[in-house]
Parts: sequence; C-alpha cells; structure tokens
Amino acid sequence: MEQKQRNSNVAQKEKISNGVKGMTIIVKTIGSWAKVLIFLFGIYIVLFGHLTPGGGFAGGVMIASAYVLLMLAFGGEFVKQNLSPSLALKLACAGTLAFAAIAVAGFFYGPDGFFWNFIGQEWLAGESSNLHFINAGIIMLAELAVGVIVAAAIFLVIFTFSTFKFDVSDNQKE
Amino acid sequence: MPYALCFLLFVIGLYCVLVKKNMVKIVIGILVMEYAVNLFLIMLGYRTGGAAPIIDKTCLEPGTGQITASFISTSVDPLPQALVLTAIVISLGSLALIISICVRTYEKYGTFDITKIRRLKG
Amino acid sequence: MSVPLPVFVAIPLVTAFLLPIFGKKGKSVATLLANLATISLLVLAVVSIGQSRVYEIGKWSIPLGINLVLDGLSCLLLLAVSTVSTAAMLFSTRYMEQYTAKSKYLCLFLLMVAGMNGVVLSGDIFNLFVFLEIASIASYALVGFGCEHEELEASFKYMVLGSVASMFILFGIALVYGNTGSLNMAYISKAIQGSGLNAGLGFALCLFIVGFGLKAALVPFHAWLPDAHPSAPAPISAMLSGVLIKALGVYALARVVFNVFGISVPISWVLIVLGILSMIVGVFLAVGQWDFKRLLAYHSISQMGYVVLGIGLGALILARGGNTTWASLAILGGLFHLVNHAVFKSLLFLTSGSVQMATGTRYLKELGGLADRMPITRATCTVASASIAGVPPFNGFWSKLILVVAAVQAGFWGIAAVTVLVSLVTLISFLKVQRYVFLGELPENLRYVKENKNSMLVAMIFLACLCVLMGLLVIVPSLKQSILDPAVKVLTDGVEYSAKIINM
Repeated sequence: MEQKQRNSNVAQKEKISNGVKGMTIIVKTIGSWAKVLIFLFGIYIVLFGHLTPGGGFAGGVMIASAYVLLMLAFGGEFVKQNLSPSLALKLACAGTLAFAAIAVAGFFYGPDGFFWNFIGQEWLAGESSNLHFINAGIIMLAELAVGVIVAAAIFLVIFTFSTFKFDVSDNQKE
Repeated sequence: MPYALCFLLFVIGLYCVLVKKNMVKIVIGILVMEYAVNLFLIMLGYRTGGAAPIIDKTCLEPGTGQITASFISTSVDPLPQALVLTAIVISLGSLALIISICVRTYEKYGTFDITKIRRLKG
Repeated sequence: MSVPLPVFVAIPLVTAFLLPIFGKKGKSVATLLANLATISLLVLAVVSIGQSRVYEIGKWSIPLGINLVLDGLSCLLLLAVSTVSTAAMLFSTRYMEQYTAKSKYLCLFLLMVAGMNGVVLSGDIFNLFVFLEIASIASYALVGFGCEHEELEASFKYMVLGSVASMFILFGIALVYGNTGSLNMAYISKAIQGSGLNAGLGFALCLFIVGFGLKAALVPFHAWLPDAHPSAPAPISAMLSGVLIKALGVYALARVVFNVFGISVPISWVLIVLGILSMIVGVFLAVGQWDFKRLLAYHSISQMGYVVLGIGLGALILARGGNTTWASLAILGGLFHLVNHAVFKSLLFLTSGSVQMATGTRYLKELGGLADRMPITRATCTVASASIAGVPPFNGFWSKLILVVAAVQAGFWGIAAVTVLVSLVTLISFLKVQRYVFLGELPENLRYVKENKNSMLVAMIFLACLCVLMGLLVIVPSLKQSILDPAVKVLTDGVEYSAKIINM
C-alpha cells in the first residue's frame, strides 16, 4: 500500500517536472505571427516612455511576454536554444551596468552631477524643433536600459519556474 | 470614505497572512496587502474631475511657455503614480523570490501546510 | 577631501552587477573585485568622518528632487557597515567554497551592502523605503542560500514577516505624504512642527514603530530572528545580526522618531518598554539554547534592547525637559552600544562559522575541547564573549557602564538594576558556551580538526583588535568628539534637523 502510494507520488511529480511541452499546430502558427506584433508593441512602449504612459517597466514586461508566448507554444527546449538563461542573466547585468554608466557619466560635469540630465537641455525652450522625440535627455536612455533589464529578468523568472525539475528522491522522509 | 475601504482591504490581507495555513494563501495575503497600499497611494493623488498630468501645447501660456494656473488646479497629482510604479516593481521582485522559496519547500517537505513544516523549534 | 555621496551606493551596486558576468571560470577574479569594493568603502567611510553635507541628485533643488544627507549619525553607521562588511567578505572568500553558486552570493552580498548604505544616507523617506527593500530582498535570498530543509523554512518565515513590515512602512509613508504633502524628511518635519500631530499622523507613527520594530527584531516582533540567523551561512549571519537589524531597524526608527516626528513622553515610554522587554526575553530565552548560533541570535535580540533602551531613556529625559547632559549620556550609551554590538556580535558569528567549518556541527553537546586544536578561534571567541558580557577593558563594558550611569543619574533605579541583571545572565550564557565548545574533553570524531585558513583568521583577528581598541573611542576626547559626539548631537537636536538641511 505504501509502495503504491509512493509510486503514484513519483508518477505525479514526473508529470509536473518534465518542463513545458509545446502545443498544437494552430497555437504554433498564430504564436509565430503574434510574437512579432507583441515584441514590436513592447519596444514602442519602451521608446515612448517619456511621452505616453508606459516606460521601461511595462514595456519590458511586454517584451518578456512575447518570449513566454513562444515558450508556451513551442516548448521550453526551443526557447532555450534561442535565448538561454545564462544569456538572459548577462543581458540583465549589462543593462544594469548601462544604467549605472548613464548615472555616473554625470560626474564628468562636476562632483555634484550624479544623474544630471546632461543631454536634454537645449530643446525645451524652442517650440519649433523637429527633435521633440529626444527632448527628455537621459530619461529615454534610462528607459531603454530599464526595458532591457526588466525583459531579461522577467523572462528568466518565468522560464526558471516552468522548467524547474523536481528532485524525485524521498526528500520528505528525512 | 474610499480610504476606509482601502484600509479594510489591507486588514483582509493581514487576516490572510495571520490565519491561513497554506503557504500559497499566505503569499496571496501579502499580495492583497500590497494592492491595498498601492490603491491608497494612488487615491491620495486623485482630484475629482481632474485631468491627466501630461503637458501639451494647450497647457502652456502662449507667450512665455510657462505652465498655466488652470492646469495646476485641475490636474491629478503625478507623484504618487511614480511611487506606485516603484512599489509595484519591488513587490514583483519580492513575489518571485517568495514563490520560488515555496516551490523549493514543497520539493523538500512534500507539503504546503505550515503546521507540518516545523523543524525549527525552541 | 569630500567624497560625493552617491559613490557609497554606486560602488557596491556596480560591482554587484559586474560579478555574474564572470561566471564560474572567473571566480577568483570575482572574489578579488568584491573584496576591493568593500575595502574601498571602508577607506571612503573613514575619510568622511566628521563631515556633514547634503547632496542633491541630478541638481534638482530640495523639495523637488531627492537628496542624500551625511551627518554624524549617518557617518557612524557607515563606519559600522563598512567595517563589518569588510570582515565578512574576507571571511567568506574561504568559507563560501563549500557552496556552489559563489558569484551569485557575492552579487547578493554587495546588493545588501548597497541597500544599507542607501538607507543610512537617504534624506527622503520614500528613497529610504526603496533601499530598505533592496537590502531586505537580498537578505531574504541570502538566508536560504544553501537550499536545505531548515534554511528554506527559516527564509520563508523571515520573508513573510519582512514583507508585512515593509507593507506597514509603505502605508505609513502614504499617510505621511497625504497629511503633509512632501516626501523629503526635512520638509515633513517642518510641516509636522507647524501643524502638530493629527489622527492620521499619529497612526502613521504607530505603523512606523511596528514596521521598523519588526525589522529590528524588538520583542513582540522578534519571531523571525531565532530561525533566520542560525540558518544563514556564517558571514551572512554576521552581517544580518551585526548591521542589518541596526541600519534598517534602529537607525530608521531613530531617524523617524527623533528628527521627523519629534519626541514626546508617550513615544519615549513605548521605546523604553520595548527595550526592556527585548532585553529580558532575549536573554532568558538564550540561556537555555543548545545550538551555538541560535544562542547568539537570541542574544542579538537582547542587545538590541539595550540600544533601544538607551535611545528611549534619552528621549524621555529630553521630552520631560530634564538635564540634557544625562540625555546625551544615555543616547551616547545607546549609540556606542550599537557600534560595539556590530563588532563583537559579528565576530562571534564568524567564530561560530569557523567552528562549524572545521567540525561540521554547531550543537554544543557535540563539541568540546577545541582549545588546543583551534587556538586562534578560541582566543577571538574569548575576546568577543568578554566584550558582550561587559568585562573590562573590552568595549562592551564601556557602553554598558555609560548606560547604567545615565539611568542612575536620571533617577531610574529599576532600569539600571534590570540592565545589570541582564548583563550577568549574558555572562552566564557565554561561560556556558566557552565551557562546552572550547574546554572539556575532545570527542573521538573531532580528534583531527585543524585550524582554518589564513583569510578567515585575518578577518577574525581584525575584529578582535577592534573589540580591544574601541574602548578608546570614549576615553580619548578627540576621538569621541569627532566620531561619537556628532551622532549624539543629531539625535538630541531632534527636529532642528529640518532647519539645518533646508539652510544647507
């Protein structure tokens, strides 16, 4: 009786622990069209963060959700070949270092210039400038960095949860 | 009056954390407390009938380029919105960590029930 | 030479995110970089002693932008944080070889240091919350670092209570913003002095006391500490018990109660009651423990009670309009005990880690007779035990003496008696530790243990020398005036903090 109980526990855990398998052909086709749109929309939200609602965090989550859609439709192995977790970790670190570089670059303008907006000064006064898009200065660069960080980090979190393999030994007996 | 409802939501979340025995329910209780505090922060900045705090050409004086007084008196306060953005991201990170601890604990102990996970005593 | 203040936060953050890029192959380079980061923080903290300035980030002037403030109290805590983190990082170069993900450990450790530096330097109350969360989340992950049964359970308990505390603090911040309209601590203080405490602000103050009290592990809120501190790896226990509960708990509580809200008689009685409860409950629960690190964790609770008692006593004397000399003396005792505790408690945890690494166990009944096999560990453990028990001439004696003198002079004979009693019981429990770990008979299976490697010994000897020399901080007048007196003055000036910051 106890052996059968233990076997069924093992079988249940193996069913949970096999990672994410892909789905049917309908989902795969629609997924391969939709991922482009979601990715592009996410990049738009990140880039226009200083003008419209959104910004780095929301846009990064959308970019990560494009990869999550891929993972659900095609399976964990497919996504691991395209964007492996170690690459995602390195991207997140690189994004943070870029953000820190933007902040520390203010130190070149004097010791009290940490995080100073040293780019976007000239365009605020004139109204007829064609470059309204980058009048926010370092805010846009910071949003780009934050978008990369959040996308990589959230993708890493969801990917690691989905493909986490249970250890199928008798841990609870100890 | 809406502030009292926020506080009620906060107390419901606190009740969940204190009383429930399943680990995942405790995590949900923490999340409900988080929502209540974020909602309270946003409602602090709200002004009835206010406009979104985005500046375009109609909000600037025609001559000098300064912000009009009518904009300041009718727009919603944008500072709590920035605070809430930060708080949501912090709670996202904390949620990812606590769920991963729950998953690992399930792997080790075989149960989510906190009355059975009591090796550290005394 | 004036160091720009964001450097204290930027150096550990940048180093923390540089380390995972090295991966498994560059582990020694990563360790070297991390040690360089903590040593440079210590050098910068020593260079900034006695300065006091305000740094406005992004050149936005004060009520519009965030600012970082360095005054006497921040200076003292920066010194404590950087000293303990240097020693713990040096210790963990060899200790963490037992675990597999060392570069991730170093990244989280440096994130925790960056968060604590940010809390101590922040001049804006929401910025304090953000850095407090950074340090807390890093410490939740570090407590459950080796993923064994007990560590995960301890990490879950710590994390639930820590998240609840953060929610209380955020709710308090929201209430303060709603009632005063500003987030900068100097401007909040000015608004509160102008309008007085209404119901919303009073409730916010209660929420802050509960939230920061949970972070500082004062007695009704201490349930996470005896599980979390033993389960963490030894250098992390040293950091948690040594600086995290002080920078996030006691410092933030003192800053909010003294400088932002202003002291009054009921609040000081709350602090005194919390302090006395923590002292008594902590020490009586500690005496009966048989797990080395759990005993040390309960002692942390009781020594935090000393610090909060000292601060509360000073607040009560000031609020009643009594003699300011005794108030400053009480606050001096509390703050000096904070710094002393950082040094000797982290040394105690590091010695327990050294014993655990050599013998593989931390239960007192399984240890014994290690005095000949591990001489340096025994010597440093004896120094630290003598400090915490209040034996002259080590540093614990001086801070406890100052507290008792202040209590007696202000007329609180009961408090002085309780302090001396708790000190005696602390001595008893550490004599128990010494007898069971180092004296007595060597069991069979421990006959071949050896002393640990050099980097761990250097860290422990560094902290032991500090234990011996820190008594000079109160005896030599020039050292006292440059390091301790500015910190005491910040707290006794109270709400004049706002006038100083706005005029700078």
